[in-house]
Amino acid sequence: MKRSLPLAMLLAFGLATAARAANEADYKAAYATAEAASKEAAGLRNQWTVTVSTLAAAKKAADGGDFDRATAAAREAEALAKASIFQAASEKEAWKAMEIR
Amino acid sequence: MKTRSALLLGSLSAALVAFALTSPRVVAADKVDPVADAKAFQNFFFQKFPDVKHEDFVNGPYSMNADMKRQWQEKEEFPPYEFALDAGKEMFATPFKNGKTYADCFPNGGVGIRQNYPYFDEKEGKVVTLELALNRCREANGEAPYSYVKDEMASLTAYMAFTSRGKPMDIKIPDDPRALAAFENGKRYFYTRRGQMNFSCASCHVQSPGERIRAEVLAPALGILNAMPIYRSEWSGMGTTSRRFVTCNSQTRAVPLEPQSDEYRDVEYFLSYVANGLPISGPGARP
Repeated sequence: MKRSLPLAMLLAFGLATAARAANEADYKAAYATAEAASKEAAGLRNQWTVTVSTLAAAKKAADGGDFDRATAAAREAEALAKASIFQAASEKEAWKAMEIR
Repeated sequence: MKTRSALLLGSLSAALVAFALTSPRVVAADKVDPVADAKAFQNFFFQKFPDVKHEDFVNGPYSMNADMKRQWQEKEEFPPYEFALDAGKEMFATPFKNGKTYADCFPNGGVGIRQNYPYFDEKEGKVVTLELALNRCREANGEAPYSYVKDEMASLTAYMAFTSRGKPMDIKIPDDPRALAAFENGKRYFYTRRGQMNFSCASCHVQSPGERIRAEVLAPALGILNAMPIYRSEWSGMGTTSRRFVTCNSQTRAVPLEPQSDEYRDVEYFLSYVANGLPISGPGARP
């Protein structure tokens, strides 16, 4: 009993944290990070259309006051932008494997 | 002990011979050699499709599929690009406000020269495409440039391509490191994967010509620009080479570059050069 009480408290605390609704500050932080990654991808001339549309969806959700959805979309946009940055870096050499010689 | 030394010496010699044999290959592979690239490119398609006549590659998907080819040949009796062709001919002959015409901007009055575009302009140090040259001609004569992707530009290039029909593509790469760099840059663009779909131009047009992607039969990369501009049923209208690059990028979920960006000009240079010797067939019609 003594041992299970702290464990249960920890679990309850964890669930409560995870279930906390995102607020405007969370969204703004997530959006800023995603936007920076998106700009980096565009600078590499390797922007993905889905990054742009997901960022737009994040903004639209935030404008409607749905910060849960907005934050989730911003994080997704960040992941997409980072994937496109990774693609640009790896393709610097990888394209040669496709070349007809 | 003697056996071990002999084995060691033998292995070392073999390694040295292997290194000596492979190192020149590595150097050769890194050197820009458009002639060798074009030969390898053409051979790849000729060997992959031994039954396709060489000059037929310029007909894109129709060279890959007999049923489609028959339908297209019937369509060619009343081709869907005919309106654009007529409009282009009229536009080409109509003087600008200053009294000059397109003919004044091009060698041979602009007739029968499509096969020489794009070319490398040594003065500018960049590739100049036919679309770019047309808009530069307009601007030099005080006219506003046209959209690079359709309508007027497609009509003008349709007419110019028509006057070159049957002439073999004849792209030159001058002995200029900038021209070689442009060719190499175009090649890199062609083979580089992009977009969320992680597709390169080559994913469809080298690895899968003749295969279906949804309802469409993919065209081979060899001679793919010889038929430009094209009427596409999918577009319900005409489209230029610029439009083709832009839509290809969008289809891979990559944000397209601006028409006539350096990358697009270079990839047009690369694709046109490796199609040297194949006839101009534009304007074309595609599903």
